[in-house]
Amino acid sequence: MNRNEIIEAIKLIVKPYTEDVAALESINESTDFIKDLKINSANLVDVVLDVEEKFSIEIDNESMAKMLTVEATIAIIEEKMNSNAGK
Amino acid sequence: MTNSQIIEKLPYGKSFLFVDELLQVDQNGAKGTFTFGKDLTFFESHFKDNPVTPAVILTETMAQIGLVCLGIFLLKDALTKNDMGFVMTSNVIDFLKPVYPGEQVWVSSEKIYFRFNKLSCKVKMENANGDLVCKGTISGMLISKHNG
Repeated sequence: MNRNEIIEAIKLIVKPYTEDVAALESINESTDFIKDLKINSANLVDVVLDVEEKFSIEIDNESMAKMLTVEATIAIIEEKMNSNAGK
Repeated sequence: MTNSQIIEKLPYGKSFLFVDELLQVDQNGAKGTFTFGKDLTFFESHFKDNPVTPAVILTETMAQIGLVCLGIFLLKDALTKNDMGFVMTSNVIDFLKPVYPGEQVWVSSEKIYFRFNKLSCKVKMENANGDLVCKGTISGMLISKHNG
């Protein structure tokens, strides 16, 4: 899965948690879930759980704390998927 | 931690405590009971000459027994720090039957997940006849009280 495909997957995941249609449509690597998409910290947990399910990865507390932007989320998804592939 | 120790740790004052007894709690859920005494102040006004327990109070009762008691059990030592609190972050509830002054209800919860300090549970409330009063999903989060 390339970066654009991951962004598309993230866009589908965050859709139920944001009211900001314009920000969702223009989602890109610099999009901040809290500042740009106005997702609260409780729903951010659901976003992370949905990312785990979609990409078959497990996200620890330390990684969760970093997952505030699309860019950081892609980095964590790629890191976890690569370490899964190495097993 | 005993069930009565969990109730002692609840952060509510007397007029907003909706847990009489915690009957059972384990990793997967909690069960408890509360009686809506006829002297509770909201019955004077909800409604005029027709006292019925407000739906928000039923929701609060389900959250206190089903989520907060379970949350205290799951967190154990983490919650002993006084600067931490537990807040309701979302709920979806269906209400099926009214609860009148003096009625006792039983609440039970079933954990859906507890991850990253967020607890999400399926909850239900039943009356003395065993009829379902309300049911749904409630989520809450452990937060620092000084965090905005």
